[in-house]
Amino acid sequence: MSDRMIARAAVVQPGAARGRALKIATLSFWGGVDPASGRLLDPAVAHCGETLAGRVLLVAEPRGSSSSSAVMLELLHNGHAPAAVVLGRIDAILGLGIVVAREMGWPTIPLYELPAQEHDTIADGAELDIDKGGVICGK
Amino acid sequence: MVQLTVEERAQRDGRDGPPAALAMRVVIEAARMLGAERLVPIESAHIDGCLYHGDSGTLFAEQLVAGQGRVRVPTTLNVGALDLLHGDRARLAPHPAAMARRLMQAYLDLDCRPTWTCAPYQAGHRPSLGAHVAWGESNAVAFCNSVLGARSERYGDYLDICAALAARAPDIGLHRDANRRATLLVDGSGLDPRLLAEDAFYPVLGAWLGATAGSRIAAIDGLPAGLSDDRLKALCAAAASTGAVGLFHIIGVTPEAPDVTTAFAGVPPEETIRLTGALLGAARDRLSTTAAPADAAVDAIAIGSPHLSVAEFQRLLSLLRGRKSRLPFYACTGRHTLDALQTLGLMDTVAAANITVVADTCVVVTPILPAGGGVLLTNSGKFAHYTRPNTGYDVIYGSLSDVAETAAAGHLVRDEALWR
Repeated sequence: MSDRMIARAAVVQPGAARGRALKIATLSFWGGVDPASGRLLDPAVAHCGETLAGRVLLVAEPRGSSSSSAVMLELLHNGHAPAAVVLGRIDAILGLGIVVAREMGWPTIPLYELPAQEHDTIADGAELDIDKGGVICGK
Repeated sequence: MVQLTVEERAQRDGRDGPPAALAMRVVIEAARMLGAERLVPIESAHIDGCLYHGDSGTLFAEQLVAGQGRVRVPTTLNVGALDLLHGDRARLAPHPAAMARRLMQAYLDLDCRPTWTCAPYQAGHRPSLGAHVAWGESNAVAFCNSVLGARSERYGDYLDICAALAARAPDIGLHRDANRRATLLVDGSGLDPRLLAEDAFYPVLGAWLGATAGSRIAAIDGLPAGLSDDRLKALCAAAASTGAVGLFHIIGVTPEAPDVTTAFAGVPPEETIRLTGALLGAARDRLSTTAAPADAAVDAIAIGSPHLSVAEFQRLLSLLRGRKSRLPFYACTGRHTLDALQTLGLMDTVAAANITVVADTCVVVTPILPAGGGVLLTNSGKFAHYTRPNTGYDVIYGSLSDVAETAAAGHLVRDEALWR
């Protein structure tokens, strides 16, 4: 069975990505993700203990923290970043971590915005392919 | 689309060197993501990015230094991960300690002032009413907006220093008149005046406010006029810990709220909440993470979040009445306060009371508390919120008087009368 289009996200920071969906209802990067390993730390959050590395992270309701950008930059620098992040609404602070990584010449990842209710169309663990226009395809 | 001035475009395109250009590009990208239509010139900055979270932050700051970057507005620094005055306080492993030190040095090399405090507003950094600034550190942002009436969004890592280098911030959020109007009225007129007269009331009110208001802008009515900076500081810090509070008003106290009509810009409040003793008693109980029976064991005491002022040190010493602490006792503060204590000849008195002074940093951002954990007593709403997740210690919240009596007794002594 070939991939089909599941959703179309808005591109906040550019790029294309491929990886397995890791769906979380709400997450603060600061305090919720170990910057050294990319593991999820909050026992109240689904997938606690798993790493974000290489996954397409979908967060329906991002919780802003002014240090989220520091955690994102650290993950991009140490190679534990997700393949892409899809947020229910734009978190500019998280996006700044990606912007600064690009300015430093480090690898970056795309950031997309997809309204929370549309996250329901994507199955947790699904293999996803997102193009640079934000079109999300999967099986 | 962010509209840029000729000056902003020139800086973005490299006229003032690579770090200024990088900083302007980051500020513009932030403005674009936030939906700002333009940038706003800023008069000062307070930087939270000098706290070590990993090597990437150090490498970024050093890249700005390597390009001869310099801040373009007066800029103070929040805490780092090390106490530079007392080298053995923070028990960091050699690599993070070295990188944390390099990070702090890099920010000094960018021409930031070595304030190393979360209370810059008590270290001489007080922007005027209506001034646009870019501040980091949640308690400082809340104080800056609410008490000083200056205008800052909640700036975090990297946007804070980029704003300082660019002398610009995105013109959004609390920079704009329309977003500073209160929508939630908190009526404190029914509270017991004895409660309002207690220092310990203000962190509790703040913790309740943060949890209740979230990101809404509240105006609190019914508080006494002439509230001290220290009470306002404690209120701001607790509110900004339990919720995303960047601004609130106090009718008759804070500068944008001479009366209810002004605070709400003539629009009726969307909601009114009447404060009661029971509401605040419950908020007070939530600041403790463990049961606090009389005589309970306490393993350590920490105060000074935000950093202690001279007046707070003086009050502590007067409550101790020459008695020594029988428990590990950490008092976190900034160099501005230590200099003043030195001048007043009080440093020996502090040392004689067995109080460990922590400068430049604090006990919830770097490992200072005795290893092994246990129960920590604090009078700080912010410490009460962050101690367990950041250090593993359980928390009991008490007044400064409870702190002094507990320190002298070596076990918990807490006056419950006020909260019954």
